This record gives sequence, C-alpha cells and structure tokens, in this order.
Amino acid sequence: MVKIAVFGDYESIKGYSSIGLNIFPCEKSEEAETLFKSLLTGEYGIVYITEEYASLFAEEIEKYDDKLLPAIIPIPALKNNNGFGINRLKASVEKAVGSDIIFNK
Amino acid sequence: MAVLNVNPTRMELTRLKKQLTTAVRGHKLLKDKRDELMRRYLDLIRENRTLREEVEKGIAEANGHFSAASAVMSKESLDVALLYPKQEAYLDYSVQNVMSVEIPVFDVTMRTADASDIYSYGFASTSFELDGAVSEMSALLPKLLKLAEIEKSTQRMAVEIEKTRRRVNALEHVMIPRYRDTIRMITMKLEENDRSGRARLMKVKDMMIKQNIENHKNNPETI
Repeated sequence: MVKIAVFGDYESIKGYSSIGLNIFPCEKSEEAETLFKSLLTGEYGIVYITEEYASLFAEEIEKYDDKLLPAIIPIPALKNNNGFGINRLKASVEKAVGSDIIFNK
Repeated sequence: MAVLNVNPTRMELTRLKKQLTTAVRGHKLLKDKRDELMRRYLDLIRENRTLREEVEKGIAEANGHFSAASAVMSKESLDVALLYPKQEAYLDYSVQNVMSVEIPVFDVTMRTADASDIYSYGFASTSFELDGAVSEMSALLPKLLKLAEIEKSTQRMAVEIEKTRRRVNALEHVMIPRYRDTIRMITMKLEENDRSGRARLMKVKDMMIKQNIENHKNNPETI
C-alpha cells in the first residue's frame, strides 16, 4: 500500500488535498530539493510535480524513468508552465523510435 | 574484415558454428521482441498524448475555479476549508508484465467508503465555486491515475526498446559478421593446410618414383 504525493507551490496544489492526495507545498529554495528527494524513497507510489519544479529536478526525475515506482508525473500549475510534461513524451518517443513521429504533426 | 583471435582448428570451427547458430536465433527473437514492443509502445504513446491533453485541460479548468473561489473567499477561510481533507487516497498496485517489461497497474482506495464524500467543509461558509472546483478535481482523479500508469509504462517501454534495439544492432552488425568472417578464415586455413599437405605428398611420391626409376636404370635386376 503506497500513497500519492503532490509537489509544487502551494497555490497550485492546494486543490489536490481535497481529493485525498498528500500535498507537499514548497517555495523555491534548497529545501525544495531535499523535500522532493524525500518523497522518492518508496512511501509514495505516484508523485505529481508541477512543471516548474519538474524542469528544475529533471535530472533527478530521469533516474526514476527505469524504475517501477515511483511514477513521477508532471502536471501544469497556475503559472510558469513550460510544457515539461509534453516535452518529456516527445523525448520518450525520440528515445524509442529514433525520431519524433507522433508529435511533429 | 574483423576476425576473432582464435586458433584455426577444427574444434574452434565447430564451437564458432554453434555460437553463430545461437546468435542468429537470438537476433531473430530480439528483432521480434523489438517489433512487438514498438507496436504496443506506439499505441500507448498515442493514448498517453490524448490523456495528457485531457488532464492538463481538466487541471486548468479546476485551477480556474479555485482561483474564482479564492477571489470571493478570504485566503484563511479557503485554507481552512481545504486543509483538513475528509478523504485520503491509498494506492494499491499490481505488476503487469508486457514483453518482459514490468509495468504498474494502480488501484486507488479511499478512506471513506463513499467516493463522492469529498467536501471537507460545511457549505454555509464557502462559495459555490469551491464546490465546483473540488468536484472537478475528484472527477479528474481516475484520469490522473491512468495518466501515471500509462506514462510510467511508456517510459519503461522506451528504455526497453532502446536496449533491445542496441542488442539487435550489435548482433546484426558486429557479432554475426564477426563469427561468419572467423568461420570463413578458419575454413580457408584448414583447406589451405589440406592442399599444402596433399601437394607435399605428391611431391614426395614423385621423388620416390624418380628415385625408383634411377635405381632401376643402374641395376636392371632389382625391381
């Protein structure tokens, strides 16, 4: 039995607490990374992270691409969305197929 | 032509021939695996794309409603309404094996039995925008889970496809040609040995015949 975490700035993620997900609000600082890493130790099966922070921790997230859990899923926030989620899909297609044949239409 | 560093003997030849058969069979199997993985991956990534677009749209709408709610309510009362949720989601997962790629299948259970029991606040002190936002959020939850599941699957499959493709290429362009060349080299060397041995024998035979004839000429009695 694992739990679901949502990580990002408070304003964007407060809504998720109403549906029973565990929210971990943070402001930009060194603490953010420590907090984010502490979510990846196995207690949480899915970690939703706002795109802004996802692009900050891109390297850390990549390490978990190959692991079964946790699934780290970027979600859009209120502001500063940079398309990290959809770009990650593009990168994945490029990795698997060799060139992007799905998104370049 | 790259050949392996082996002795050109019959034993090596048999060994290499066996290895070549294994490599060819492995190559065929891996190629099939790659093709099937690719087929499933492409189906999945299309689904992933549409789902992500839906979820992103849903989140944007819910966020809009939350903003509307925070516009009509004070920050404090909004926080109070949201901070003590009634529900808590627990995640159960099982592992599914797709072409030797293990992918998680999520199943969520809520703390309270009634899944629609989501409002953690009394309706008197909150705005109706908040109700809308919360109900939208809760409708989005199954899609969020599905997105997590599919996105994890596509990532793991992409990694596996890349690995398999490397293996197929290594077998096809490096290992198998190398085995073939080495086998050819050994066969040619063995044949060459054979020919040189035969030539030597013929030469010796000629010399012996010549000697016999000489002997016969000198001593006609002995034959």
